[in-house]
Amino acid sequence: MNADSDKIKSGVETQSIVLVGVGGQGILLASEIIARTIMTSGYDVKMNEIHGMAQRGGSVVAQIRLGSEVASPLVPRGTAKVLVSLERIEAMRFVDFLAPDGLAVVSDQAIIPVTASVGSIPYPEVNEETLRSVFPNLIYVHALAQTEKIGNAKAVNTILLGALSTQFPFPVENWKNSIKTTVKPKFVDVNLKAFEIGRNLK
Amino acid sequence: MKQLLTGNEAIARGAWEAGVSVVSGYPGTPSTEILENLSKFYKDDVFCEWAPNEKVGFEVAIGASSAGARAMTTMKHVGLNVAADPLMTFAYIGAIGGFVAVVADDPGMNSSQNEQDTREFAKFAKIPVIEPSDSAEALAFTKEAFEISENFGTPVILRSTTTLSHSRGCVEPGERVALNRTIRFEKDPPRHVPIPAWARPMHQRLLKRLAELQDAASSSPLNRIEWRDRRVGIITHGVTYHHVREVFPEASVLKLGWCYPWPDKLLREFAEGVDRVIIVEELEGLIEEHVKALGISCVGKTLEDEVLVPRLYEINVDVLLEVRRKLTETGLYPFEPIRLMTAEKENPNKKNIPALPPRPPVLCPGCPHRGIFYALGRFDVVVTGDIGCYTLGVAPPLNRIDTTTCMGAGVTMAHGMEKAGNDRRVVGIVGDSTFFHSGITGLLDIGYNKGKAITIVLDNRITAMTGHQDNPGTGKTIIGEETFAASVAEIGRAVGIKNIVEVNPFKLNETLAVLKKAIKSDEAWLIVSIAPCPLAYRQVASAPLTVSQDKCKKCKACLKLGCPGIEREGDEIRINQLLCNGCGLCSEVCAFGALGCVAK
Repeated sequence: MNADSDKIKSGVETQSIVLVGVGGQGILLASEIIARTIMTSGYDVKMNEIHGMAQRGGSVVAQIRLGSEVASPLVPRGTAKVLVSLERIEAMRFVDFLAPDGLAVVSDQAIIPVTASVGSIPYPEVNEETLRSVFPNLIYVHALAQTEKIGNAKAVNTILLGALSTQFPFPVENWKNSIKTTVKPKFVDVNLKAFEIGRNLK
Repeated sequence: MKQLLTGNEAIARGAWEAGVSVVSGYPGTPSTEILENLSKFYKDDVFCEWAPNEKVGFEVAIGASSAGARAMTTMKHVGLNVAADPLMTFAYIGAIGGFVAVVADDPGMNSSQNEQDTREFAKFAKIPVIEPSDSAEALAFTKEAFEISENFGTPVILRSTTTLSHSRGCVEPGERVALNRTIRFEKDPPRHVPIPAWARPMHQRLLKRLAELQDAASSSPLNRIEWRDRRVGIITHGVTYHHVREVFPEASVLKLGWCYPWPDKLLREFAEGVDRVIIVEELEGLIEEHVKALGISCVGKTLEDEVLVPRLYEINVDVLLEVRRKLTETGLYPFEPIRLMTAEKENPNKKNIPALPPRPPVLCPGCPHRGIFYALGRFDVVVTGDIGCYTLGVAPPLNRIDTTTCMGAGVTMAHGMEKAGNDRRVVGIVGDSTFFHSGITGLLDIGYNKGKAITIVLDNRITAMTGHQDNPGTGKTIIGEETFAASVAEIGRAVGIKNIVEVNPFKLNETLAVLKKAIKSDEAWLIVSIAPCPLAYRQVASAPLTVSQDKCKKCKACLKLGCPGIEREGDEIRINQLLCNGCGLCSEVCAFGALGCVAK
């Protein structure tokens, strides 16, 4: 912890980040890394995570807010600066969180829900073009292809974190320290590599 | 050093700092992590336990408090219904060592069967209710709750809500107080035994205490006035305060962190200091009712006979923006719109979003409950269900839960339906933890009153839905110590059930044979379906299965299992190799031998 972090930067209006995906994808870990980075970079931060029934393969949402003084921990509709989706169609389900000019960071990983296999609404054909027609400001991440470079399919969330990190003025060292203090020691290196890959995505 | 803690982590830390020495509770979203954190970080200082149910947990804490120790109990809102009996009378008896009941409400019903407002219970029992608004307050208010409890000899409810419990915020932790007290129960029957002759003076003392608490609440730092523009004053509470600050930044605010017993002096002072009072409270309109009873004019739940602040679900910024709009329209809120109201929020490209299949929570790949529900689907029976992961068996394609009321009702409703002469056999379903919680008495009722219902205990060796807590059947305490493991079958025998069978739910034919026999018979049965939760025990049954496309006849029988590992795209059935747990249930339902372990 550096000494600056106890001093909160003044005059910063509240901004929001939303992470969505499917239970088990590592959303809570990723959002904890973000929140810790915000705190150590000298901002007030609040973060809301959904537990309970959402873990059983349901949609998961984590909401993060930062600024000089954050009031509500919940993100108002249409205000998030960035919407990160660890799954291909989930960003569209939670489109209402994102500000119209906000950035969507979407992984191409598709997880087909049971309802699509047994019900009437199939898993839709969605590609980069479909997503761009909804989110003009989009970073589409070929996540599994990217993780092959580092040999760990579970690091998708950290690649997306890297992409998100370019949108905020937090020192890169703070991101890396948050990764080091949050993930298990044996996964630190692979996550740092994943973060770098994400940070260089366009 | 500043830490980023959830409300639940902060409550645990606050209790530890306050010198708590006994904590007993029952898991329930969103309260579960409070006791988990206490047992994980502070087990050397604090005795922690999972009680079989909330009533037990509450009473254990009463015992500790009565001997002079600081004690706490934790539960979700509906847990307090189970613990209502000790709550109501302990309010009469009063605490000696500080006593705090942490009750976590679930406005919006994220993971609950109702959204009852625990503040009503505090009023009913005539005890204080404390409501922190964020993690920092969760820590500070928990400590203060112990002080109030001990200073006034009252049990205190610390009320959390889902958003407080599961939000992180910056917290500055402190040290644990050294209480250095002798734990010794002082014999004093009129003080501790509410036989009618002593209960009457107890009730008198309770009312006197209530009046004293009311004065204390008015001067407590847990309640505060923030003067801003005096034309509008908003009274609010708990987490809702933060949403109010964001949507009504101009208004003066009375923030209640200790709303009951009502801080009348403060309520009057605030009302006199502003032109107009607006009450923004989540769920019930309790503050509003009381403020009106004081003769103070205000608006809250309704405005001109229409809903203003909804009584339904969680309050958030978006809900309050709508409230602000209505207030502005009727001239009650005389300020220019804030940017949150004027900014463009609608994505103009939403029309390009295709229809999305819903993604509700489902039984996991490899879940043992699936086998029982699938098997029950072969019989024309009524299935009375209960509270746990297995409630998810109500969803298609399994569709095999017909009722759910509360913990334990899976067993008892089956008995009642059978006694009413229902035209089909009735099967009650209950999980292992729920069976120990409140299924045993129901089974005793069946045994005692010559019932014929079939009870199935889905024993997955863990309290699963709340995130895998130990229970009396797992053989482990909360801190992982080995202990006695209660046996469902032995309990069944002891309460008079003659037909008791254990089945492995992954062996479909065996399970079907047992069910057939039980359903055909005219007697009570206890079927214990034993297979551990693969998520809790990190068990992989075998390598992921694959589908032989040559053998697959596209009959879709396997899809009737509702397994997230089995995916259909068009007509093709595939098994998701990342999700499959290898339980093999799908290979049992496939008549063509198309699903199985294939050497790659």
